[in-house]
Amino acid sequence: MQKIAELIKKEAESLLKENKVTAVWAWQPGEFYYDNSPVCFTAPEQLDKLVYNEFCPSNLGKYLMAGSKKNETMAVFAKPCDTYGINQLIKDHRIKRELITVIGIPCSGMIDIKKIKNQGVKGIISVSVSGDDVIVTTAYGDKNFKKSEVLLAKCMSCKGSDYMIADKELGEKMEVKCQKLNPEDGVKKLEAMTSQERFAFWQQELSKCIRCNACRDICPACSCEQCIFDNQEAAVAGKASANTAEEQMFHIIRAYHVAGRCVGCGECARVCPQGIQLGLLNTKFAKDINEFYGKYQPGADDDSKAPLVDYKFDDVEPTISAKGVR
Amino acid sequence: MLKINKAKWAELFAALSAQGTLYLPAEVDGKVDFTVWQDGTEVNLQATQTAKSIKNVFFPQIENLLDFKTDGLKLSVEQRMLPEEDTIAFGVRGCDVCSFEVLDKVFLKEPVDAFYKARREHCTIVSLACSAPDETCFCDTFAIDATNPGGDVTTWLVGDDLFWQANTDKGKELTEKIQALLAEGDEAGVNAQQKATKEIMAKLPLADFKIDPKIPAEQEKVFNSAIWKQLSDSCLSCCACTYVCPTCHCYDVRDFEIDNKVERFRCWDSCMCKDFTKMAAVNPRVSRLERFRQRYMHKLVYFPENNEGTFACVGCGRCLQKCPVSLNIVKVAKALGVAKDV
Amino acid sequence: MLESEACENTNYNPLIVAFCCNWCSYAGADGAGTARKSYPANIKIIKVPCSCRVNPLFVLRAFLRGADGVILCGCHPGDCHYTSGNYYTRRRMKLLMSTLSYLGIEDGRMRVEWVSAAEGNKFSETMNSFAETIKSLGENVKLRDLRCKK
Repeated sequence: MQKIAELIKKEAESLLKENKVTAVWAWQPGEFYYDNSPVCFTAPEQLDKLVYNEFCPSNLGKYLMAGSKKNETMAVFAKPCDTYGINQLIKDHRIKRELITVIGIPCSGMIDIKKIKNQGVKGIISVSVSGDDVIVTTAYGDKNFKKSEVLLAKCMSCKGSDYMIADKELGEKMEVKCQKLNPEDGVKKLEAMTSQERFAFWQQELSKCIRCNACRDICPACSCEQCIFDNQEAAVAGKASANTAEEQMFHIIRAYHVAGRCVGCGECARVCPQGIQLGLLNTKFAKDINEFYGKYQPGADDDSKAPLVDYKFDDVEPTISAKGVR
Repeated sequence: MLKINKAKWAELFAALSAQGTLYLPAEVDGKVDFTVWQDGTEVNLQATQTAKSIKNVFFPQIENLLDFKTDGLKLSVEQRMLPEEDTIAFGVRGCDVCSFEVLDKVFLKEPVDAFYKARREHCTIVSLACSAPDETCFCDTFAIDATNPGGDVTTWLVGDDLFWQANTDKGKELTEKIQALLAEGDEAGVNAQQKATKEIMAKLPLADFKIDPKIPAEQEKVFNSAIWKQLSDSCLSCCACTYVCPTCHCYDVRDFEIDNKVERFRCWDSCMCKDFTKMAAVNPRVSRLERFRQRYMHKLVYFPENNEGTFACVGCGRCLQKCPVSLNIVKVAKALGVAKDV
Repeated sequence: MLESEACENTNYNPLIVAFCCNWCSYAGADGAGTARKSYPANIKIIKVPCSCRVNPLFVLRAFLRGADGVILCGCHPGDCHYTSGNYYTRRRMKLLMSTLSYLGIEDGRMRVEWVSAAEGNKFSETMNSFAETIKSLGENVKLRDLRCKK
């Protein structure tokens, strides 16, 4: 990873020095080893703060929206999974393709610090990663982990090492080595439950919501300039978590609105401060779309017609299998 | 000093719960949060922090204030009852205890917030000293002693014993009621734990983080700092930081219409939101930069300026844990150069 | 309008919202009237220019604010006044229904039917059978905002 970080720095430096772009989106370190945050570099001398390691999960694509509106030329470093989101934003006319330079960077999976902390690890002073070994130094002693066991959920269902969009690729492609998870497994498990059990499950999940909107704000498919849930005149704007009916409404509609455009990046579930399993809702839509209208991967290209703005004459009818079943 | 062994905690919680609704940190859906104690509640006194702060108990996210009802041409207004039941908040950490000082300055000043005041007056706070601080903790920055957190009663968890010390009249009253369960304990264990905890705190990454008490005086310089642009560029404008913060206290008042009735409620709001304080027409802070700056200016400049230098932050570290893009008050203060690395 | 048989002699009167497209189904309702075919009075019709005008949000909001059932009627596929509107409706509502079921909401609370302007009979039959289904399902408690409790 260190080698790639050097390559990224060099690339960013040449882009800025040669005035090919006015801004470069990358990551900068935080207070601890694990809390890198997205940052926009505009001058070569800022680049000594650039970082790339196993703690750069954010997709930087959405940040390009603001600059694109102002017609700024920007470069962005994108992991293979991030390229899906960038494509989707281009397709949704939120980013102008001609303004951006996408530089693909390899990724071997990002680590979920929550998984480490959930095992009772506190007072982290530093983290070092080499190969599959993660050594966490804490004020209470060292702890060892296997990287393959503490990866982010989204990395465990990695879509592969290919870039869907990239003007340049840095380094050699890497694989995520771990027990792979199929996101549809969770959906199938729920589908196998009874209606009552599913209802109870979602009540419990959605009642955790505090309506912070982090899921919406990080989502590369949620790119409306004015969200209906922010519009006080819309009569559905609910800042409050009044009761689960309102949360249900927010999450169903949000998932619905990104149906056929959700690239399955898993960011919504990652950023949720309450740990709601939002992926189960988005994946359900994706699974249904694949089943009813043929396989479709949003973000794999920037010109195909999304399933919900398309139709066939012989589409499946919206009938229910068993009418009036509780 | 008094103490009570783990074996008797169930009795203790039952006895406390008989005195009023008992809120304590417990496992709920895989997270630790303040929950009303009932028989069978999975109490967790080990967690450094609850996911949401104690603010939720005193200043709930949503609260009904009034009802309007129409009957033909008649309109009646009904005030909701003040929350005047006795409560006990147990296991509150030092940072959260201090968050009351901040909230009190807002809600107990004229005009007094009747709902907050009622809850505050009817609550006895039983604090719990920290023995295993996390790397995100920086309460020491605000001179908060996590090992002696205050409140009406202070408790320390040493091994299997919970040490108990009443600090105020309210605390003494509560102690008397459960006296039978408590035994005499000596302070040696507590003192040793306090010392050990302070040693650990000194090792943590934020141990040296200090905020310069002089910043409120440099308002203009801070306001015009170039750093806001770069920081706010990466902010998502979500309200995760606001909603988990124990000191953020902005709210909105809204109406909910049902046929012939209107419920007027208040709900948390966040200055990070686009639709925050829609005055005559719009939110006066149109850009993300302005909204982002407002939150930190409020915490680090405006609030201390109006409140004898008290920062609107208690160093609980929740925003460090929950921000989706790892932006937080520490990063902002350091970038502004108002942090003093001693 | 005649009270339907299904709603007679009971205290429970479900509230049903029917979104009907202006060109086919709304005219179908008219047709039912002209042919003196009855349908339950507790079905509230909302006329929309095309079935694809119905945002899933409308359906959810109807449930949120107290509807016990929501039915969406449009032209038969291929007959849309705007050529293709109902093809989009078909996909949208299929997904919405599948998701509602996934969330544990009773199947049958929501229905989509294609009713042409000439099908007054079908309109009346559809509404009667839908009202019966909703009656057997009982009140919508799962999706309703608790504050709207009757």
